[in-house]
Amino acid sequence: MAEAKTQSPPEVDPQTEVMTINIGPHHPATHGVLRLVVDLEGEMVRDLKPVIGYVHTGIEKSCEDKSYWKVIPFVERMDYVSYFFQMEAYCGAVERLVGLEIPPRARYLRTLFLELNRIHSHLVWLGTTALDLGAISMLWYCFRERDKILDLVEMATGQRMHTRYFQVGGVIEDIPLGFEQKLREFIADMPVRVTQYQALLDRNEIFLSRTKGTGIVSRERLLELGVTGPLLRATGEPWDLRKAFDYLAYPEMEFKIPVGTVGDNYDRYRVRLAEIVESVRIIEQALDGLPEGPHIADDRKYVLPPRSELSTSMESLIHHFKLVTEGFRVPPGEVYYSIECPRGELGCFVVADGSSKPARVHFRDPSFVNLQAFRDMAVDSYVADMIASLGMLDPILGGVDR
Amino acid sequence: MPDAPGLELIRGEIEDGHPGAVLDTGFEYEQAVLAVDPGQVLAVLTWLRDAPGQGYRFLSSLHAADYLPAEPRFAVHYELLNRDRVERIRVKALLAGPAAGNAGDAQALPEIDSCVELFPTAEFQEREVFDFFGIVFRGHPNLTRILLPEDYVGWPQRRDFPVGGEPVTFTFNERNYG
Repeated sequence: MAEAKTQSPPEVDPQTEVMTINIGPHHPATHGVLRLVVDLEGEMVRDLKPVIGYVHTGIEKSCEDKSYWKVIPFVERMDYVSYFFQMEAYCGAVERLVGLEIPPRARYLRTLFLELNRIHSHLVWLGTTALDLGAISMLWYCFRERDKILDLVEMATGQRMHTRYFQVGGVIEDIPLGFEQKLREFIADMPVRVTQYQALLDRNEIFLSRTKGTGIVSRERLLELGVTGPLLRATGEPWDLRKAFDYLAYPEMEFKIPVGTVGDNYDRYRVRLAEIVESVRIIEQALDGLPEGPHIADDRKYVLPPRSELSTSMESLIHHFKLVTEGFRVPPGEVYYSIECPRGELGCFVVADGSSKPARVHFRDPSFVNLQAFRDMAVDSYVADMIASLGMLDPILGGVDR
Repeated sequence: MPDAPGLELIRGEIEDGHPGAVLDTGFEYEQAVLAVDPGQVLAVLTWLRDAPGQGYRFLSSLHAADYLPAEPRFAVHYELLNRDRVERIRVKALLAGPAAGNAGDAQALPEIDSCVELFPTAEFQEREVFDFFGIVFRGHPNLTRILLPEDYVGWPQRRDFPVGGEPVTFTFNERNYG
């Protein structure tokens, strides 16, 4: 004891000493395997470096070894929360490469499931982020509604997640009997639930003080950093690819783009909640306006023939055999197709070399790009605010690492 | 999206200031494409971003592709966006591959100027391209591997890198086959 006292410690003030600590990769608040190397001065974050790659699985490389239609289940597993969006980005890109027009019913069904998936994604985000901020009960409420969505998805596609429902040319099956009624029950219920979430959080003193005024990044800086989606809209920039570009049935839908004002974490929360309500409106319109007709294109060079034809038509059997064994060939070219994912611009870049396998599949994942803004959000704030900002950033590490 | 004459006008204006910068123009699936000389890619990007009437200020995506066996082998694609006019344009810089025989030699890696100064969003994406294709971005503030481990050897997204080239180390295999 006495000896320890004679050895004077180095002259540092514990208030100003910068300490580097590691948060993650296995930490519940990082929403996946994200590692943060954080320089702390007391409780203040002075510098921050996200380290990623812990769940890199080489999906883009694996896609180059699969025929076009076998790539679909692969890409779904990148951003595992918004799997319908990954499928749409990829299928849409391939459809543009082969020049395949999808029938109106398929456009509407895809729009419907994308919006259902957007609600699902925002519910997962709200539940887990509120959990980080101490509102534990939110997780159960959000996951209760999420389960209803998964039940609906299971009813239509047979799978709760990673459904492989979208095909090149349309969707694999029409919606089953009774689906519409169940979905109408859900969309009647969902706006009420959103008001309940708001009642739980909007007057919660702790939630408000942890989100209001924290994690602010200016609109110009976000645009420089390529940030899109609710993060950008929270600063008041009404940029939404669903409005800006024509794809699927969005031009025929009536919906608003919710925007925030200052761009703090509270605005990000409000924007996403408002987006859930807008998604419900889109689903309702898609159900009301669902056109009759085929749910998948009938170009047999790219689309599997119906099962019933296989026992009667030799032609169908040949097409089926060719599609299942070799797959279809795609003329050389490259295309970049982007859609509005729950997290921002999800782009899919496909290079075709004329064979039946893609020469390159690249995903511009919004989580990956948005993560660059995290340093700006968290530096010179408290550690607790950094956790709140990370939750509101909503990165999905499967999408970041691919 | 600029139409065909518009794209030629863009080409002409760039050529005025930077002769030889634009190698080719074209349309691919309703997308305007400018193929540029990799040495002058920064000049073209700066012009597209800052010249009056252009204003492609948003870099949506930066990615690369390997066109083996074509030559030049690599291309870095810049998907630029003008958010006011909702127009996209793709700038494509074609890069020659490493000289045959000394592949794997760090000196032989293809090089291009980094556009992080122009578009800060490119930082992660350029690191990703470096990680997977071994394309060096000159002037990048921190050009290290981003998704793969730091000590990884090889450039896995190149077309001559085999799929499944990495043996999986199960303890069973290690024990039995060393």
